[in-house]
Amino acid sequence: MHRVSDPRLQKCDLSRLRRLFTNFTVIFLTTPNYISAYCAIGDGLVSRDGDILFTSNTPVSDFLVSAYHDFQLNYPKFYKMDNLSKLGWLTAELLLQNNFSKDKYGAEDVGVVLANANSSLDDDLKYFDSVADVASPSLFVYTLPNIVMGEVSIRHKFKGEQAFFVQAQFDAGFVHRQVAYLLDNSLIKACICGWVDIIGEDYKSVLYLVEKTKKENAVLFSAENMEMIFNNTLRL
Amino acid sequence: MSEQRFKDVFIVADNVYSPIGKTTAENFINLKNNVGGVKRHEQSTMSAHPFYAALFGDDKQLAPNGNYTKFERLLIVSIGDALKRADVDLHNNNTVLIISTTKGNISLLETEKYSENLKKRIALTTSAQLLANHFGFKQKPIVVSNACISGVLGIITAMRLLRSGLYENAIVAGADVISRFILSGFQSFQALSQGVCRPFDKLHDGLNLGEGAGTIILTTNKKYAETIQVKGGSLSNDANHISGPSRTGGELAWAISRSMTDAGISAGDIDFISAHGTGTVYNDEMEANAVNITGLADVPLNSLKGYYGHTLGAAGLIETIVSVESLRQGIFLGTPGFENAGESHRLNVSAEHRNLSVQNFLKTASGFGGCNAALVIGK
Repeated sequence: MHRVSDPRLQKCDLSRLRRLFTNFTVIFLTTPNYISAYCAIGDGLVSRDGDILFTSNTPVSDFLVSAYHDFQLNYPKFYKMDNLSKLGWLTAELLLQNNFSKDKYGAEDVGVVLANANSSLDDDLKYFDSVADVASPSLFVYTLPNIVMGEVSIRHKFKGEQAFFVQAQFDAGFVHRQVAYLLDNSLIKACICGWVDIIGEDYKSVLYLVEKTKKENAVLFSAENMEMIFNNTLRL
Repeated sequence: MSEQRFKDVFIVADNVYSPIGKTTAENFINLKNNVGGVKRHEQSTMSAHPFYAALFGDDKQLAPNGNYTKFERLLIVSIGDALKRADVDLHNNNTVLIISTTKGNISLLETEKYSENLKKRIALTTSAQLLANHFGFKQKPIVVSNACISGVLGIITAMRLLRSGLYENAIVAGADVISRFILSGFQSFQALSQGVCRPFDKLHDGLNLGEGAGTIILTTNKKYAETIQVKGGSLSNDANHISGPSRTGGELAWAISRSMTDAGISAGDIDFISAHGTGTVYNDEMEANAVNITGLADVPLNSLKGYYGHTLGAAGLIETIVSVESLRQGIFLGTPGFENAGESHRLNVSAEHRNLSVQNFLKTASGFGGCNAALVIGK
């Protein structure tokens, strides 16, 4: 920080100095971020940090509920969620179960950035079926892809930055850039990010917990590592 | 030492395509004359009961034809007009297209049987790629779908990508089409007003839906350094309820504060607020709370929903662009339908337009899933 001796700084008050320092930090001292944990659900498998935790070959609606029971989770609101929210909520729940020190963070310190290919089409079809008879408000509320972020945020009291993107395939480079921007500019201190997609019996979620400190077994937060995990974590 | 953390992001050109005009200028003339688009409709294909909404009339005005859906045609008209006004080369690898929408082509479910082909046709990425191809944009387009903050989130996403230097230019365009799918949902929620909506008024009783598209072209090209800037933005989540806003407004307030910090300004620098102002009791009250928490209670505030209805994924774009025009012309628009204050907190709302010298304005949006967005734009 040789620039601290810049004579222009002498006129600065403390808050301005701090802001300047932050700015230089952004430019010159961007520290790496780490994937502390990851969790994935797809093809009848639940996997966390590379270990298969649960398997079942039932239709997705039964599968999600039986996984919920198997992990002895207790969150009655789970039952009223659509399958997209169930899938994302369950993945986030297991992701954070053992690996996350919630007390380390304020509500606004944690962000959520998600993407998928089919938006909320899985629930859209069910909602529109109901319209012919009596339009169902409880189905309608899930006809937006970002509702899953709302469910995760409500569960864990995450109030920080968020965004939902629709992509034909998981674009690890794009999601990485979005999240890195938020972390590197200190807009958040941790982020749940990844992919949550479902249409009919075709479903896949992969969520990453990204933090600024390196925990044991953490890997560098990079597009390459995200991609590698995305492609390999649901293989038996 | 200037605070040049990032590159500055400037507005090159824009378009609002709505039932009250095909260009930003046409829209603004109608707004100045208090001409809105919300009308009573009786359309049995959409609803068994009459409803108030701002809808495009004759479909023929939606050139061009071909294999594009109404949703895509709205965007083609809007993006096309904005491009005409931009004297910057956008057909290069430094330019990205960002599409904001909530439901895109969902109305296809109403007329076609579900199939693998229909699934592909409805996919938002299909529409985005068709649009990118239509205009010859080279980069893979980005799709933002984050409920009613989609338009503002699209602009913030562009701002961040441009600031980081990843692209030099971004075209952010948003649209939504109102059909039976969306209308029936809001009816099932009992969220619709019995007449033209009245944001922040004592008698507000719900929202109107609206159709429209908006496009804003942004650049870091220094050639535009004298124009209006996207200065800062922020997002937050209520973490409270998926279909009802925060009780306190604290989370929107957080996003507002962060957007002002991001822009390097304080509450005293905001000259007006373009609120989300849907006209539902819960939304308006939440926003009033947030505005008070952030020390902005005395700042002139409007909602344009009485003119446009709630244009969903386009709302953040249309309302931002109209506000940019307000800034350019020094005319702050009133809030149609407002007579008597309805919120428990004080707000500076009025029905009348007024002359106002504007340096900066704040745009806010909130939506289902508990999402909030705030954006600062200024000279």
